[in-house]
Amino acid sequence: MDFGFLTQPAFSGGGTYFDWVLSGIKWTMLVSVCAWLIAFTIGSVLGVMRTTKLRWLYLPAAAYVELFRNIPLLVQMFIWYFVIPEIVPKALGTWMKQGMPMPEFWSAVLALGFYTASRVAEQVRSGIQSIPAGQTQAALATGLTMPQVYRHLLLPMGYRIVIPPLTSEFLTIFKNSSVALTIGVLELTAQARTISEYTFRTFEIFTLATVVYVLITMAVTVLMQFVETRVRVPGYVGTGK
Amino acid sequence: MAMIEFRNVSKWYGSFQVLKDCTTTVEKGEVVVVCGPSGSGKSTLIKCVNGLEPFQRGDVVVNGQSVGAKGTKLPQLRAKIGMVFQHFELFPHMDVTANLNLAQVRVLGRSLDEATAKSHALLERVGMIDHAKKFPGQLSGGQQQRVAIARGLAMDPIAMLFDEPTSALDPEMINEVLDVMVELAREGMTMMCVTHEMGFARKVAHRVIFMDQGEIVEDAPKEEFFGTPRSERAQQFLSKILHH
Amino acid sequence: MFSAFDFDVIQRSLPYLWQGMLFSLGLTLLAMLGGIVLGTLLALMRLSSHRAISLPAAAYVNLLRSTPLILVIFWFYFLVPIAVKQLTGNPYASGIGPFYSALIAFTLFEAAYYCEIIRAGIQSVPAGQVHAAQALGLNYPQATLLVVLPQAFRNMVPILLTQGIILFQDTSLVYVVGLTDFMGAASKVAQRDGRLVEMYLFAALVYFILCFSASYFVKRLQLRITPPR
Repeated sequence: MDFGFLTQPAFSGGGTYFDWVLSGIKWTMLVSVCAWLIAFTIGSVLGVMRTTKLRWLYLPAAAYVELFRNIPLLVQMFIWYFVIPEIVPKALGTWMKQGMPMPEFWSAVLALGFYTASRVAEQVRSGIQSIPAGQTQAALATGLTMPQVYRHLLLPMGYRIVIPPLTSEFLTIFKNSSVALTIGVLELTAQARTISEYTFRTFEIFTLATVVYVLITMAVTVLMQFVETRVRVPGYVGTGK
Repeated sequence: MAMIEFRNVSKWYGSFQVLKDCTTTVEKGEVVVVCGPSGSGKSTLIKCVNGLEPFQRGDVVVNGQSVGAKGTKLPQLRAKIGMVFQHFELFPHMDVTANLNLAQVRVLGRSLDEATAKSHALLERVGMIDHAKKFPGQLSGGQQQRVAIARGLAMDPIAMLFDEPTSALDPEMINEVLDVMVELAREGMTMMCVTHEMGFARKVAHRVIFMDQGEIVEDAPKEEFFGTPRSERAQQFLSKILHH
Repeated sequence: MFSAFDFDVIQRSLPYLWQGMLFSLGLTLLAMLGGIVLGTLLALMRLSSHRAISLPAAAYVNLLRSTPLILVIFWFYFLVPIAVKQLTGNPYASGIGPFYSALIAFTLFEAAYYCEIIRAGIQSVPAGQVHAAQALGLNYPQATLLVVLPQAFRNMVPILLTQGIILFQDTSLVYVVGLTDFMGAASKVAQRDGRLVEMYLFAALVYFILCFSASYFVKRLQLRITPPR
């Protein structure tokens, strides 16, 4: 393996191929983090809605989850990028196509964010539902109202329980961000492919990209294990009795 | 004066009737033990008192207030009634003191200092003050249940409900919990206890209710119940749990 | 707004889309089968007490699980032709065709995910079952094959099928190497006729109906296997 080509001036853009790799990493991270903010926020709200007994709250949330998780991410990405600008009111559509800055980036972020929100919602729901019903009864028996039970019991316990699955959802977003290349976001995988086409150093550049993905995955995993130990409830093992 | 009054309470799960026209009362200062085979509806009955189990027909009146009426604010009513559960149900992410403080602060509006002082006094009383800063997961079952009793008492309840408080405990821990309950009964607390601990019933109960298949089959003063139970079903039940 | 829609384009391209769908379904079923077989082997390796066996399996699984599927597809489109030339000794061999390259990539990728599902399934069989089997005189392969795996798979069927639905959705990613699966066919028609809105919405609808019905079926199956309390 010879990584010397990385320091060569790139075909275009002024920098070296290594600069292309760095730029790819930057866009991968930007897409992942922005999409995660959407996924976590919307997913949490939907997940909580699905645990309530109020039809007008859980039915829309259930419909959202079914809709977004049963259509492939690639198709959703195409719909955000190609279809939405055509079917919204004309003025908005024209702005999305011509005025909006970085349309590929924002379409990718929205697609990935709304798609992953359905998965986050399921995790949050099952986390809250894994708390034994007796806990809620005990909290109600002391006179707390249902919103207070969520605030003081179900959410603090639920979020502790879902840290490991949410970590893997973040890592899924991070890997899925590569789908953004299909609408022209030059993230890490796209850069690796482009560099391989210009330099024919396919083996080296794919290896480098793979190593970067693995290293970031490991870093996130270690960080979240640290967070998990910090918030661990003393003496509490699992959710079963 | 009747503290808790059941008036013809019936409850269905779908087409299955779990409570059949149950009528009884618990007087102020009275200790009533509810027993019966599993699935007889005794836990459901006791949970009707604070509205944890909704019922379709009849009513429960607690201290003059109807549980089933539309305008009743259940959280306020529940705050006046302490409840102890089979599986303790302490909140695992809060230490013992915080478990006792939560509803005092959030429901009764006590200041944190006031609540903590009250909590510590009650932990002292149930012999758990040395564990005030521990988390529920670090305590034995008996210890957790004593904390749960203190949590109920912290609200200055007008009555206490016990739903099989010793069934989930290892045998050697049952007495430490029963001791606290006996003491509470002797102090004149109004208590309704679902339990199979007939020794406890003999010692402090005023009345015993026997339930089977959702019906109150027997409702008698203690001496009468243990002396000559009138129904065959109660006799069978007693012989099963007493001669083992 | 639907007045400007040309639903006719969908009708005209149905035979072509059907060919794409057959590709997608074939790839899904074969990769699932291969993934489960290979995943079971990897799971048994990971559970081995010999580090020389468990470590390589763990490394493989963790490597593939931290790499994006698209990058894995690119890897195999690069590696498979080289491997074919090596194996056949023919420098002019043209590879094994796009379907088999995709099949190899998806099988090897999904095996890593199936491995983790199957490993959890095996671990969920109580240790007492293994002890009971050994007490009857069964050896390790017998205990695994006759006692542990049947119980594990019975519990795992819903999760394995759910992973199959995810795999079916993932097959749309062969678009990146220009293959004509269902999504590839839809996007080729969309670009040829300039009918992106109709074709992509139609593709979304078809995927939704298939995946929604399949997951509904899995949910029913799950209720039959583990009745609600």
